[in-house]
Amino acid sequence: MNRRLLAALALAGAFAATAASAEITVGVSLGSTGPGSSLGIPYKNAFQLVPKTLGGEPVKYIILDDQSKPDEAAKNARKFVTEDKVDAMMGSNGVPSAVAMIQVAAENKTPMIALTPVPPLSPDRLHWTFVVPQPTELMMSAVVEHLKAHGAKSVGYIGFSDTWGDLVHNALQSLAPAGGFKIITNERYARADTSVTGQVLKIMAANPDVVVVGGSGTGGALPQIALRERGYKGAIYHNHGTVNLAFIKVGGKAVEGAIAPTGALIVAEELPASFPTKKVSLDFVKRYESSFGAGSRNAFAGYSYDGVALLNAAVPVALKKAKPGTPEFREALRAALENVKNIIGTHGVYNMSASNHNGLDDRGRVLVDVSNGQWRLMK
Amino acid sequence: MSFDIVLWLVQDGIVNGAIYALLALALLLVFAVTRAIFVPQGEFISYAALSLALLQAGKLPGTVYVLVGGGAIAALLDIAVALRDKAPGRLPRILAVYVLLPLAMAGIAWWAAPRKLDMWIQVLIVFGLVVPLGPILYRVAYRPLAGASVLVLFIISMAAHYVLTGLGLVFFGGEGLRSQAFSGAHFKIGVLNISAQSVLVVLATVLIMASLWLFFEHSIYGKALRATAINRVGARLVGIPAELSGSLALTLAAFIGAVSGVLIAPITTIYYDTGFLIGLKGFVGAILGGMGSYPLAAIGAVGVGLLESFSSFWASAFKESIVFTIIIPVLVWRSLTTRHVEDEEE
Repeated sequence: MNRRLLAALALAGAFAATAASAEITVGVSLGSTGPGSSLGIPYKNAFQLVPKTLGGEPVKYIILDDQSKPDEAAKNARKFVTEDKVDAMMGSNGVPSAVAMIQVAAENKTPMIALTPVPPLSPDRLHWTFVVPQPTELMMSAVVEHLKAHGAKSVGYIGFSDTWGDLVHNALQSLAPAGGFKIITNERYARADTSVTGQVLKIMAANPDVVVVGGSGTGGALPQIALRERGYKGAIYHNHGTVNLAFIKVGGKAVEGAIAPTGALIVAEELPASFPTKKVSLDFVKRYESSFGAGSRNAFAGYSYDGVALLNAAVPVALKKAKPGTPEFREALRAALENVKNIIGTHGVYNMSASNHNGLDDRGRVLVDVSNGQWRLMK
Repeated sequence: MSFDIVLWLVQDGIVNGAIYALLALALLLVFAVTRAIFVPQGEFISYAALSLALLQAGKLPGTVYVLVGGGAIAALLDIAVALRDKAPGRLPRILAVYVLLPLAMAGIAWWAAPRKLDMWIQVLIVFGLVVPLGPILYRVAYRPLAGASVLVLFIISMAAHYVLTGLGLVFFGGEGLRSQAFSGAHFKIGVLNISAQSVLVVLATVLIMASLWLFFEHSIYGKALRATAINRVGARLVGIPAELSGSLALTLAAFIGAVSGVLIAPITTIYYDTGFLIGLKGFVGAILGGMGSYPLAAIGAVGVGLLESFSSFWASAFKESIVFTIIIPVLVWRSLTTRHVEDEEE
């Protein structure tokens, strides 16, 4: 190959690189297939509704399927940092998958927007990670306040036999001393189980004042149906993973009265006018339902949307310091994310700091219950 | 643990065990006839259960697309063979079985879905949609490699399982569904409060087992299947086509899967991938029974149901581990007590 051609090629390559760096690239890994797909699909849907720009600059979202598997999520994350040179990553809908991505993000010094609540992280990982959803403790504290106000002293727990089941249980456990109650059963089941009779019998024998279910989606319905069939009379609480319409469809009459914490967008219409997120939540819910059908609203799409809102607030600050596609820009973006203040999302108001990479407070959750086949805001 | 709880757990274990027993029989049947570990058995359960739930909701189940599409592929394969053999006389039959029948069933489902017909008619439609998937699956996946080793057949099974699960996700979505119970009645017997649905599960299981026995003992097709199971070469020598046996075995398996799906749909929430785990527990039951005897497999499967029920009471977090771990001692015991016979014939 002659030298001039080589020089021309190198020059062309350099131009291509500068042309690409004007655009912001965000890598998104979601489990739109596999066991987590019922959550992954709405997470993904939200990306059809987000703006085409971030802080005024054009943005490219690279959305890959991780099949709800942590190893695939890690593979996607590595592809994002090595091949696509992304400025930030977002994902995933499963806790283990998100944790796998966080590891890659920290190793490669890339800002990571976690779209699922994650277990406590070591400082070096937390440094690069920002968590959109409400921490499980924040959500469960709404449940604890409610059951404390109603004088419950003993709580029966039944949850998924996976990380989610553990997260909800641990959150409940950490709130127990302040809430003045004891957790007297810790039963586990799997989403694909055909029966929870054994677990429910054990709970009935322990006879707790209330039961908390640590399932998600339609999977949360099975214990409640079984408990009601066996004649359990106490209140049954769920968590924010359960709040969707499919849960009510599957559970029918048996889930009437089920109580759960959730983000404000689920009951956007019923929020008082003074609620800080009312406008944003309502607007998002309307747009989502006009694209994906009436009643299709869910918390998960809101997390994707709020994640984008955080980036949108941080990108202009970072752009002042560096160009997209460079390590300097990624560091600047990280620092900017750490300092976003009063960002109103669909779920709540975000105020980040060096020690708090979630930034939501009590305004990020409401309690809802099932009444007449609908999730309604509890007064 | 009081006696009441024991009774409850036994009841629960028997109901689940009855479903596992049906699946254990289907797995054993397919294994004996085709030597394939029939992993996609579970998909028939999910497809049937979800189809029923969707029909009840007045929606057209996505099963029709799988049926019509699969039928078209099977028809193309057969037409290619017929043309190569220069036997155009086979074409009408091929078209009737793989194209017209699926289209007719799809048409019926399409017509019936918004009308929310009587539950029993919906169940018949579900059978019409799911059972033909058996022979279609055999034609498309297994028949081209029917003579391959057990391992290759197992890999085909895994592939078929993944394809069917993936299609299930596309057509049914990620969330679970539940169908209405056949009857909301409950019977009080002592402390037990037994639902009519669970009685139906056990009765249907017993009925199917009895009719399978009659089929194998007294019908010519049943005898052909048994002959193939006992000795494939011998069966072929006396004029039993291996394709017919394989196709018939998968039809029966699909039927049993559809029955299990319809029975279990009102008891629990079914997801597009739930069937696999249910099928796997049926498989554990079949292994406990030694993978050779139908009555032992049925007993093994009920044992799995009981074990599952009791372990979910005592140590629910370890339930699946307990259920799947019992395979190990059983396999060790069997490999010590039985002499292994190499049955890779030909």
